[in-house]
Amino acid sequence: MERIPILRMGKVLLVTIQVDMHDQLAVTLQDDLTARIVETGARGVLIDISSLEVVDSFIGRILGNIATMARVLDAQTVVVGMQPAVAITLVELGMSLPGVRTALNVEKGMALLQASIKADEAEPEVLDASLED
Amino acid sequence: MQVLRTEVMPIRSSQDLVVVRQAVRTWSAELKFSLVEQTKMVTAASELARNTLDYGKGGQVTLQVLQDGLRKGLRLSFEDQGPGIPDIELALRDGYTTGGGMGLGLGGAKRLVNEFDIVSKVGEGTRVTVTRWK
Repeated sequence: MERIPILRMGKVLLVTIQVDMHDQLAVTLQDDLTARIVETGARGVLIDISSLEVVDSFIGRILGNIATMARVLDAQTVVVGMQPAVAITLVELGMSLPGVRTALNVEKGMALLQASIKADEAEPEVLDASLED
Repeated sequence: MQVLRTEVMPIRSSQDLVVVRQAVRTWSAELKFSLVEQTKMVTAASELARNTLDYGKGGQVTLQVLQDGLRKGLRLSFEDQGPGIPDIELALRDGYTTGGGMGLGLGGAKRLVNEFDIVSKVGEGTRVTVTRWK
């Protein structure tokens, strides 16, 4: 069966969508990603959609679902590389991808993820310390 | 108005949506639509083809290149013999869905094209026609 590869880079799972996704492939990616987050204990998911020429409401919904599911599994999602024409079309279509964080490119997305993973991991210690006071 | 070219494509599976998207992309590019215009037309086609598949239980799309005086256009006509839409106004409203989607398909597609027409009879089927002019 056709699948979109998921690469692991430290605490981050990296997905680069390079094909015109049919609906079943998008659903498979959603399932595979959630399974991999649990397997690897990943804290972040980076989805590069720079090769995607079309993001319709179905793909938009899948991206939103992935971000929400990842959040429930204690991982953060950043979608990067959206083409300008795709952004214009998405907004006109009426979608704003609520709950999905975005960055301009992979480099900025990775920096954003790493900073928020770090902040996330620092948080419990701060909480513990304030409890002891 | 003249029809310069016509092609009919089946919409029976989610793989067919990809084929329809690719054809609409190629035809839009041949008409020298800008990248944004191409993307809008392909996205509208994707929404409408999915409706044909999910709600209409499959059908077909007719692609046509039109010549109207000096301007050229691309017309897509999606047809199914599905259950039909009882309340078109409600179906066009954003956020309304009887499926699992976000309810942006019909209303969203309408915003992405220049002309939009929908004919539906309960028990007989639906035809949605969209046109974008260059």
